[in-house]
Amino acid sequence: MAVQFSQEKMNKVQEIIARYPEGKQKSALLPVLHLAQEEFGGWLSVETMDYVASLLNLLPIEVYEVATFYTMYNTKPVGKYVFEVCQTGPCMIEGSHEIIDYIKEKLGIGVGETTQDGLFTLKTVECLGACGYAPMMQLGKHYKEHLTKEKIDAIIEECRKNATINN
Amino acid sequence: MGVKLLLEKAHVEGIRTYEVYRREGGYRAAEKALKTMSPDDVVEEVKKSGLRGRGGAGFPTGLKWSFLAKPEGIPRHLVCNADESEPGTFKDRYLMEYIPHLLIEGLIISSYALGSNNTYIYIRGEYAWIVDILEQAIQEAKNNGWLGKNILSTGFDCEIYVQRGAGAYICGEETALLESLEGKRGNPRIKPPFPAVQGLWNRPTVVNNVETLSAVVPIINITGEEYAKIGVGRSTGTKLISACGNINKPGVYEIDMTISVEEFIYSDEWCGGIKNGKRLKACIPGGSSVPILPANLLLKTAKGETRYMNYESLNDGGFVSGSMMGSGGFIVLDEDQCIVKHTATLAHFYRHESCGQCSPCREGTSWMDKIFQRLESGKGKMSDIDLLWHIQFNIDGNTICPLGDAAAWPVAAAIRHFRDEFEWHITHAEEAQKRNYGLAHYADPLPIVQ
Repeated sequence: MAVQFSQEKMNKVQEIIARYPEGKQKSALLPVLHLAQEEFGGWLSVETMDYVASLLNLLPIEVYEVATFYTMYNTKPVGKYVFEVCQTGPCMIEGSHEIIDYIKEKLGIGVGETTQDGLFTLKTVECLGACGYAPMMQLGKHYKEHLTKEKIDAIIEECRKNATINN
Repeated sequence: MGVKLLLEKAHVEGIRTYEVYRREGGYRAAEKALKTMSPDDVVEEVKKSGLRGRGGAGFPTGLKWSFLAKPEGIPRHLVCNADESEPGTFKDRYLMEYIPHLLIEGLIISSYALGSNNTYIYIRGEYAWIVDILEQAIQEAKNNGWLGKNILSTGFDCEIYVQRGAGAYICGEETALLESLEGKRGNPRIKPPFPAVQGLWNRPTVVNNVETLSAVVPIINITGEEYAKIGVGRSTGTKLISACGNINKPGVYEIDMTISVEEFIYSDEWCGGIKNGKRLKACIPGGSSVPILPANLLLKTAKGETRYMNYESLNDGGFVSGSMMGSGGFIVLDEDQCIVKHTATLAHFYRHESCGQCSPCREGTSWMDKIFQRLESGKGKMSDIDLLWHIQFNIDGNTICPLGDAAAWPVAAAIRHFRDEFEWHITHAEEAQKRNYGLAHYADPLPIVQ
């Protein structure tokens, strides 16, 4: 897959750069990396990072050091659906460890692993700001809160269904 | 019911839209400020209100604003800190999700006061859907003449942009936030120079929390003087508290800082008491960084006086027997919770979130996490307790930014108040894997207020 934004996304990049004063296009790095990750398979390959560097007129190292600092950027391939389960104090109290164990068992993978069909990746994350609605996880753009085993079953089912439709 | 200044209209149907927000009295404050007040008048009003930073530090907002340097010909910026990441804290999310125009209006007024023509909201990357909500609100405000060029024919221009972070607690620290907004790693800067002099792109910058900037709206509406009459002493106005843990009604509450901690926990208006009829063991009243308190010291101060939900009262007794208001992240633990295990998750959190710039924090948080893992796996040694104590002591105050302190305090307070639980964990390693220590004798709560 050639790493190249569509015209529509290029317009978006230009719109982002225009938010900052002239010559400060480096400020666009985080938003453009988000965009690149969404566009190019859910993770940032070296090729993708080099492409972003060329777009913003940065040295590749300026992109690598940022991409590896922030936890939301994946520097390795991930599944189509990434379960990011919070394990910090308030979620732990409400049983996040049981939820994590259940997902492991259900999908047959460990934390940081992806299912063989490439559909699911399980990650543990630190506090996502949903402590009153614990246990919770992030799935794509949204939060799944008040998790139970039944809810996990339903979420997995729904993901599988969506994946089939999209194929 | 107490006074509500921020959330009063949060549940009016459709309040997320401009039309409903405006119909309910929205943008009145912006109109008042821009049409009838000078920027300095607005700063003066905020000073009079006694408003203190709602992100955690509690620094007087008006004073912070007055530090902003105004060199000729150099643009200034207002940056809104929406990087809410302190465990236990989810109040800013609530404000932005339910009543986004309140923040936008607060930003317009504050930008006017500070002379910021380009204002940025830096929001944590995980709140991805809230970015859409905010951008929608900004677009609506712009369509109705509240943003853009020559707002209300005052000659004041203002644009607001939303910038997403990408998962780094440290970016809630204001100089790390600015680094991140400049497209760099979130490594905090050495101060001075302070952001008020050299902030975003080396320009004078004010960074304020979401709740702080939202509170500017009621301050302008009712005047700073009236705002200052709400609350008690230097804890003026209202504060959002996000309550979680073993309570019947987790959620976000607006309080006027005159209610007692006991009332807040047990009253049906607030937390609704401890879940499943259990007993209160401990509480972290202001986000994971502030000291944990056992129930007895939470409800009453060491002097036996009632403890209230405000800055001064929560801090009564300093760190020996008190805690802090912090960000208002109120985490309640019942008798079944293990203090060692809970603190272990926090130690892990700070290790994960340390930016790695200062050795005491980078190494210290990692050591503390490892020691907690040892305690949790039943291989703890009695000397580990003092070792933890020494490590936290050597981090505290020895780093560029307060993340080091934030990592040290929870460990220090857990050992200070629950040392016997730590000891029991070590002497009863096998049993500790199966059951909890339960209520510490000194954490035995007072009778429940109905």
